[in-house]
Amino acid sequence: MKKAYGALQAVDGISFSVTEGQVFSLLGPNGAGKTTTIEILEGLREQDGGEVRVLGYDPWKQGYELHKKIGVIPQGFKFVDYATPKEAINYYAALFGVKVDAGAILKKVILEDSANVYFSKLSGGQKQKVGLALALVNDPQLVFLDEPTTGLDPQARRAVWEVIRNLKSEHRSVLLTTHYLDEAEELSDEVAIMNHGKIIATGTPAEIIAQHGTGKPGESLEDVFVKLVGEEATSAAEAAAAPQTASRRRW
Amino acid sequence: MSSFSAKRVRADLTVFGRGYVRSRVGLFFSLIFPIILILLFGAIFSGNGTSSIPVYVQNNDNNSPASQAFIKALNSTNTMSITLAPAGGNFSEYLSQHSGSEGIVIPSGFQSDVTASPRVPVSVTIYGNPTTSTNGIVTGVTDAVVDAFNLHLANASATVTTQSVSVASKTYKYIDFLVPGLIGFSVLTSPMFALVNISSQYKRDKIFKQLSLTPMTKTEWLISKIMWYTLLTIVSFFLMTAAGTILFGAHVDYTLAIIPFLLLGPFLFVSLGMLVGTVSKSVESAAVVGNLVTFPMMFLSGTFFPVDTMPAYLQGIAHVLPLYYVIDGLNNAMIYGNYTADLIDIAVLVALSVVIFGLAVRFFKWRED
Repeated sequence: MKKAYGALQAVDGISFSVTEGQVFSLLGPNGAGKTTTIEILEGLREQDGGEVRVLGYDPWKQGYELHKKIGVIPQGFKFVDYATPKEAINYYAALFGVKVDAGAILKKVILEDSANVYFSKLSGGQKQKVGLALALVNDPQLVFLDEPTTGLDPQARRAVWEVIRNLKSEHRSVLLTTHYLDEAEELSDEVAIMNHGKIIATGTPAEIIAQHGTGKPGESLEDVFVKLVGEEATSAAEAAAAPQTASRRRW
Repeated sequence: MSSFSAKRVRADLTVFGRGYVRSRVGLFFSLIFPIILILLFGAIFSGNGTSSIPVYVQNNDNNSPASQAFIKALNSTNTMSITLAPAGGNFSEYLSQHSGSEGIVIPSGFQSDVTASPRVPVSVTIYGNPTTSTNGIVTGVTDAVVDAFNLHLANASATVTTQSVSVASKTYKYIDFLVPGLIGFSVLTSPMFALVNISSQYKRDKIFKQLSLTPMTKTEWLISKIMWYTLLTIVSFFLMTAAGTILFGAHVDYTLAIIPFLLLGPFLFVSLGMLVGTVSKSVESAAVVGNLVTFPMMFLSGTFFPVDTMPAYLQGIAHVLPLYYVIDGLNNAMIYGNYTADLIDIAVLVALSVVIFGLAVRFFKWRED
């Protein structure tokens, strides 16, 4: 898959597949191309090159069919200020043409206590949970969570993790992006690390640690990530510096 | 692709309308604020309803019977409200001291000259700025009174006379124009400002992206907004006409011809607001462009003053502003009962609305590319 914005190659030829019923995490520093990748998979953007299939659909061309089967929380989820979580769920249910038990969904995302509070009055974590609740309205097979815990306090993060584990236990596939490595290690069955639009490592968290780590005992995914992305940054800087010297000579 | 679903439109309308009522800000600007404007402008312009021109008259003929008869004749025309200035003295100075612009001076010897035999010509002097329309009226009326005097003195009667036929059974007051004008104002401002803001904000907050992941289409979303603002416009129409008629005795014809304008107005301005908001890069630039589009219409389309009282070049501008056709149409329906002219306004509005709605749907991005 490829996607460029002008001169910037945001996604530079990546390839991966997600196994049904698993939690797959896309990791990488800010600007690595995670959100672009996920938005292409959701059918919100069209890729420039490569082939994309989500649940057998072409997301850009068959978005209407695909969207009935996926659930999405965009980064920094926002909703109408003067609507309660319960009303939001009923709204989505009407849009999807499905009947839902709003109370049960709210319970699933641990938000039943705030069922009738206006969205604008909810805390950051609660807002994110409204997003999760809406992503579940259409009973999706696959759920996309784009940085669902960014900016949340530790308690709210744990609560979102709980919800993600529940999704997995219900045999839904989850595609998660995050830059919290502990989160990825905690939740994922499989992980791909992205940097500068490319996938630089892939596998289970344990495999990545084993393949790319230093072999020291107690090494975490975060240690390996920092090492990998750091190496990339160094070699990228060298690569950028080399032609510069060459061109200087020419001048 | 998806087909149009009334159920989804209704679901969106419910959430949007509920949010609108709960936030109260929108309700204030769409329903209360226009009423305040009616109260304000109604009170300012309906206090002294007489349209007579204040004229100062200096009688230098010692209040002779002839001069008094002349003043009485001027008074009986009902076009001037006459204030007597002291005899003698500098009349120009007197006028400027009293901020008067129109004046008439009856010379001394008026009585003796008009009754002398043979008669001696005598002239009454009119003060004023000849470029103003009030001066034209004062001069014309005074000339007519003078003619009548001359005929009377010559013991003659007029051969050619005029007779006037009233064109309409009622005379129109400022408030009669103000009510449709301000209905137009509210038809313009509440959807324009709201949609410019919503469309740029929803884009920033990625709410559109999110909605694009549901089966709802952008046309359905836009139609739900049009329906909401049509509903508001209808409520606002009844509130405003009630305030105008009850408090200021405004004349309103409740005719079916009003309906097309209460439907086309919101359709047009929701679409225009959406178009402005959607082509703008940020919430801030959307607000600027929105104001640039809205403000000229707000003042030049006959909202506060009838367009035909404006100078010709401004009338020319008014005719290219979409709101002009809403207000002109409302005037034709509510005041004049001129339904033929309404058809032209409706035709222009239908054409504009279809084009702008089409452009709004075309440029309004539900998702990225």
